[in-house]
Amino acid sequence: MKNDMKIAKTIKLFIGGEFPRTESGRSYPVYIKKTKTIYANICLASRKDFRNAVTAAQSALASWSAKSAYNRAQILYRMAEMAEGKRQEFIEILVETAGHTKIEANKAVDAGIEAFVYYAGWSDKYQQVMGSVNPVSGPHHNFTSCEPVGLVGLIADAKFDLGKLCSQIAAIIASGNCVVVLMEETGSAVIAPLAEVFATSDLTKGTINLLTGHIDELYKQFGSHMELHSVSCQTTDKLVLSELKVMAADNMKRIVTPMKNNLTLENLTSFVEYKTVWHPIGN
Amino acid sequence: MGDSLRTITVKKNNGATSESIAIFAHPVDEVGVNERADFFTKRSLKKDSKLSALYLAMSMCDLTTLEGSDTPGKIIQLCAKACHPVPPDLIESFLQKKSLRPIPTVAAVCVYPLMVPIAAEALRGSNIGIASVATAFPSGQAPLDVKIADTRFALDHGASEIDMVINRGAFLSGNYQQMFDEILEIKAACGEAHLKVILETGELGSYDRVRLASDIAMEAGADFIKTSTGKINPAATLPVTLVMLQAVADFHKRTGKKIGVKPAGGIRNSKQALQYLCMVNETLGSEWMNPHLFRFGASALVNDLLKQIYKEITGNYYYDKAFSID
Amino acid sequence: MNNKSSTLGPPNSFEYAPSLEATDIVKIQNKNKLFIAGKFIAPTSNKYFPTYNPATGEILAQIAEANGKDVDLAVKSARKAYNSVWAKMSGRERGRYLYRIARLIQERAKEFMVLETLDNGKPIKESRDVDIPLVAAHFFYYAGWADKLDYAVPGKKVAPLGVVGQIIPWNFPLLMAAWKIAPALACGNTVVIKPAETTSLSILLLAEIFQEAGLPDGVVNIITGAGETGAALVNHADINKVAFTGSTEVGKIIARSIANSNKKLTLELGGKSANIIFEDAAIDQAVEGVINGIFFNQGHVCCAGSRLLIEESIGDMFVEKLKIRMNQLRVGNPLDKNTDIGAINSKDELAKIKRLIQTGIDEGGNYFEANSASVIPSKGFFQKPCFFNGVSSAFTLSRVEVFGPVLAISTFRTAQEAVLKANDTPYGLAAGIWSEKGSKIHKIASQLKAGIIWANTYNKFDPTSPFGGYNESGFGREGGRHGLFPYLEVK
Repeated sequence: MKNDMKIAKTIKLFIGGEFPRTESGRSYPVYIKKTKTIYANICLASRKDFRNAVTAAQSALASWSAKSAYNRAQILYRMAEMAEGKRQEFIEILVETAGHTKIEANKAVDAGIEAFVYYAGWSDKYQQVMGSVNPVSGPHHNFTSCEPVGLVGLIADAKFDLGKLCSQIAAIIASGNCVVVLMEETGSAVIAPLAEVFATSDLTKGTINLLTGHIDELYKQFGSHMELHSVSCQTTDKLVLSELKVMAADNMKRIVTPMKNNLTLENLTSFVEYKTVWHPIGN
Repeated sequence: MGDSLRTITVKKNNGATSESIAIFAHPVDEVGVNERADFFTKRSLKKDSKLSALYLAMSMCDLTTLEGSDTPGKIIQLCAKACHPVPPDLIESFLQKKSLRPIPTVAAVCVYPLMVPIAAEALRGSNIGIASVATAFPSGQAPLDVKIADTRFALDHGASEIDMVINRGAFLSGNYQQMFDEILEIKAACGEAHLKVILETGELGSYDRVRLASDIAMEAGADFIKTSTGKINPAATLPVTLVMLQAVADFHKRTGKKIGVKPAGGIRNSKQALQYLCMVNETLGSEWMNPHLFRFGASALVNDLLKQIYKEITGNYYYDKAFSID
Repeated sequence: MNNKSSTLGPPNSFEYAPSLEATDIVKIQNKNKLFIAGKFIAPTSNKYFPTYNPATGEILAQIAEANGKDVDLAVKSARKAYNSVWAKMSGRERGRYLYRIARLIQERAKEFMVLETLDNGKPIKESRDVDIPLVAAHFFYYAGWADKLDYAVPGKKVAPLGVVGQIIPWNFPLLMAAWKIAPALACGNTVVIKPAETTSLSILLLAEIFQEAGLPDGVVNIITGAGETGAALVNHADINKVAFTGSTEVGKIIARSIANSNKKLTLELGGKSANIIFEDAAIDQAVEGVINGIFFNQGHVCCAGSRLLIEESIGDMFVEKLKIRMNQLRVGNPLDKNTDIGAINSKDELAKIKRLIQTGIDEGGNYFEANSASVIPSKGFFQKPCFFNGVSSAFTLSRVEVFGPVLAISTFRTAQEAVLKANDTPYGLAAGIWSEKGSKIHKIASQLKAGIIWANTYNKFDPTSPFGGYNESGFGREGGRHGLFPYLEVK
């Protein structure tokens, strides 16, 4: 078979553990950089897809957040293992569609895997570092524990970076949050292997939902959806950020601004609420 | 209240039939009780309301001596004090200041059974009651017939009130029936005489048990529930008394019966006594604010009440020696 | 014993005679100026507005109204102090100032408590036993953090943010000032703070303490005024952070108004917190907890347990006990040591509370109003404690924050239903759980969406204990190590 007869992929969305096409029927092509030929058609997510993704995340939340921290750690580590297994596919896509060199692509995959491993380790430790037993005056036991904030929207940086993306996703879900991710066109072909990694890592279906589409078209949906508890805005577009902040005030969504480093505890604790419990010490 | 919660059951024989009584074991939170009791230490009684409360406290005292060394001489002095708490020279200075209603006498004296005949003689003609600690006070570790005999002796010689101790051995080993039966028997022996049931809260270990013991005692016919013998530390405290007051409130709500409460031991000064009064007033209400339903088991308290009354009336502090030691 | 019978002398009934705290310890200035750059200065507009004693409705004093120019002056002074002194100073030295402030507050505690009660209307026993001791404790706690910030965020270096703008409410005037100022200063920030317009006096007395403690000029600046003053502060270009405690409505306005800036933000907003009583609770203590939960500080508490959820099997019994207890509450002169419920802070607040009570009645709620155990003054702003029984989740009283001594009661059948009802609110500040079953408490506590869970207790506060909400109750924590994070930049 001649090379140009290779079946062009159609890359679908990843919602609730399934691979649906966009309900809008829209798609856009991703080109092979060198040849300018179509690498694949990718679904262009709509508002409806976004809402479906939030619903899926919502129904996953109780189960995912209730898993033991150890269990979540194992699943995050499993994501690293599965990603390692798809290394070649990631590299191929990054080289062909994102203009990476082979060395760059390898480094990017390393960074992604590293992030999964890193946050796998945090999921059963950050509580000990960030929680506390507070020495209140009087006969009360008082402790502060950490809880996931809930449903998080992640608007990925328009400038594609696999390591960053994996860090953001892993940091959000490690504590038990569920996430709806929006990726811009550039590099968005990695959604295919990435979704397969997530689909085969024993995550509760709906824990991670991946949308490919336009930030301009969808960021207001993120800002105004009343079921989202937090939005991580990784795009550096000032207008998007300030408009998101305005809309977020309606239900006091926590807006998280672009992270500084891939691997830090702060990325995880940005999506954590602190709960303080008092109880008398008596007989 | 849900059936899933802890309930104990005791049986009561009414002639040929036997009645099962379920007693709910109300849980009590220690810290919450302590906080609430502490609230009453912040109440502030001033001027007339303070004087009136001091009078009231005076009328609620069971002037007590319960020593192995008690002698007829000691009891006679105690009774004299009960009848004439204020030395005559002071009465005059009281009266010069204001036109006052009489300073009340104490409610009763509280003595061992052997001392009852002496007290009866000494108090003849007064309205002061004679309470006697029967039932192998303070431990209660004696056979039931001995306890009944002890009670009868006190009653036969003129006791108007019996302060019995509960069988803590039975209660703490979970033999609630035995504890209940003993109270029933003593109550029967008492006839018309008022029965105060001493829980000895300092030996019970928790407020939950104080509450349960209060409820069992009331079901068994106690007219009063009393905190302590005075022989064990801690004796009466505000929080433990509060637990008992709340048991009384619930029992009243359920049965319509008004049960009295007597904290005993450790209440040495007026300030403490007034805190108790605030607590009774705000827990059970004004109906309980009289010697028929509230008493203090105390000895040193009486003199401090008199000192404070003197101070309120005259505006001056008086020296301790003015008040006879007993 | 004398035989003279007389009707004179002490009354036969048991009553509390008035027991008033003396007020001569406080000297209230007629005109109260702004505190900028370490000095009391007149507002540029020379405008003053009155502050009232809510227990009498009479004017207590005149308060300076800060306008944009004054705010700018205050921010400049804070910036100067930040650059030239405070951020450069060692943590140990900053801590010394804070310790000194804590001690001075303790020494002048009586003045503070009387002034707070006069201006706010809260019972003297609460300002004496709760507010002022906690104020001193808060400064003392954060004083010790100032030289230990390297231990605040594990593995990270931290730095102060710069100048912080803070706006505080009228319900705990001085305590909220302490919650805001102490951690901000410990972290090396300088402060411009605006008290609520009805309660400016105690923080101005605190300014005297700052002077007495030798706190460098401009480290804390106090601008008094109403909403416009606050807006000028929030929108000032040279502040790095805004910290606000107050209504959710205003919190949202602030969040929107600074969206187009890099200002950091923490918000401590409203609540409609559930107090859940299970049938296996220690009932008498739970009744006390409900009383403390909703009637503490006249119910002017953001975390007030304003929704009472009772397990149906004990519903009637519990409500009966609650009524008896409520009738014991003494509503009256806040200066009286026996007063349990003082004055509503202002005429407007009282009108708002009355309006919401009327709404509750119109919606068909089963209304109960306690008889005060004491005489309610004829002047001033007072509201008897009350509740609505059988309130459905859809009723206004179940959803809207009243911020007064008004309780909404409903029942539930199972623990799951209790959690669902408790979480059925956009707020998420606090919740109470009453049960003697330990494992149940832990389960319910983990399922409630609220920042503070009081189990078998309610309305407890401590400087070491982080305080703050989920969802529309705001974000960020005050108190404890977590209370440092909003005032630090992590390197």
